[in-house]
Amino acid sequence: MNWKRKDILGLQNLSAEEIRLILDTAVPMKEILGRAIKKVPTLRGRTVVTLFYEPSTRTRTSFELAAKYLSADSVNLSTSTSSVVKGETLKDTARTLAAMGADVVVLRHPMAGAPNLLARTIPAAVINAGDGAHEHPTQALLDMFTVREKMGELAGLNVAIIGDILHSRVARSNIWGFTKMGARVRICGPATMIPPEIEAMGVQVCTRMEEALDGADVVMMLRIQLERQQQGLFPSIREYARLFGLNRKRLALARPGALVMHPGPMNRGVEISPEVADGVNSVINEQVTNGVAVRMALLYLLGGGGMPDA
Amino acid sequence: MKHKAQILDKEGIRRALTRIAHEIIERNKGTDGLALIGIRRRGVPLAERLAAKIREIEGSSVPVGTLDITLYRDDLTTMDQQPLVHRTEVSFPVSDKKIVLVDDVIYTGRTIRAALDAIMDLGRPRVIQLAVLIDRGHRELPIRADYVGKNVPTSRREVVAVRLQETDGEERVLILEKD
Repeated sequence: MNWKRKDILGLQNLSAEEIRLILDTAVPMKEILGRAIKKVPTLRGRTVVTLFYEPSTRTRTSFELAAKYLSADSVNLSTSTSSVVKGETLKDTARTLAAMGADVVVLRHPMAGAPNLLARTIPAAVINAGDGAHEHPTQALLDMFTVREKMGELAGLNVAIIGDILHSRVARSNIWGFTKMGARVRICGPATMIPPEIEAMGVQVCTRMEEALDGADVVMMLRIQLERQQQGLFPSIREYARLFGLNRKRLALARPGALVMHPGPMNRGVEISPEVADGVNSVINEQVTNGVAVRMALLYLLGGGGMPDA
Repeated sequence: MKHKAQILDKEGIRRALTRIAHEIIERNKGTDGLALIGIRRRGVPLAERLAAKIREIEGSSVPVGTLDITLYRDDLTTMDQQPLVHRTEVSFPVSDKKIVLVDDVIYTGRTIRAALDAIMDLGRPRVIQLAVLIDRGHRELPIRADYVGKNVPTSRREVVAVRLQETDGEERVLILEKD
């Protein structure tokens, strides 16, 4: 199939065929990551700007490395050091970047929908690197890539997503993505952190973690933001760990060889025990590597792939 | 596209590859340090066939790799359809090897330039040679093949279509003319 989209704003609007093309394109990209010289000339002369209104080391660095491995020039703009602190609007910042010749803008923003606004404003391709509690498509794509690499196929798998579903853009994108690819998704977390009517997204809601883990092929743990406790969403860290933390005993309920995933950064001993995080089932470090491959695939597809006419 | 002429049939392709295999062995004085790398798509089955012939003649196996040059092309922005990127599979170290790059047709030379860049990124071979089934002329870069199955003078309006059993289910080389 031929890629036609200008932007990657979320997985809700992508077809299974488009997701498959992205994952297929990431396979040869991963081969490049295994080479001594991790560099191809594909995006030579192109400029990728990472515009982050929220702190993130992992996602931003992953995008920057992906751009560099494809020979694009990458510039990072973090809001603390830019005119955003002087009150410049997102639209104006974006127009400035476009005027400077940015070909791809990678945006992280605390407001849901900010990447959509940006995509309508500028001719450059826009990639959503997380918007509010809405979507984090590149994280979900790298999760799907990792699962597909390990399991061969996504269709028919049981995927359990456990933690703060309500505030998690990672969970939302993964639910869209995995269900589209034919996997069955179960979610589990404190009742205060399960969005109402989430069943409409095609997931099964489990109240007990044991129920969610039973026969799961993939166990995806989400990071609990400790400040949520102050908001009264769960009584104590200890109780959260006891009811919704993944330890070795609980993991035994899942299928043998089930994958343990976490988007990072982890609260060790809270949502995941260190022995599980570092155990044989864990693919957490591979998720990070695969993140670079998936982002290279997206930059290739959106960046037009080519270089200016030589 | 109009069918104009058939320039090689099944036997013709077989003979050309047999001759190239002999030439490769002769020029490299055997198979020591030799490796073949086929350029996707049709260079790959040709490289595999050459390796099989070399084994028949010399009794020794040479490694065969697959090169995808999509990420090295210089014309992606001008193409209607963005090509799918496929995997490069070269499972042996290329450093210090005598590499024979294999493709079906050499035309402008731009594909070969991209392939040379791609191989250099994998390591530092001792030498790179080029084997093609058809040389149709019209070079835009100073590149020439070391082993040629058949030289076919063509016009730019013409298309050389190599059809192989592995990729197309038939075995012949045709000249077609654009309508």
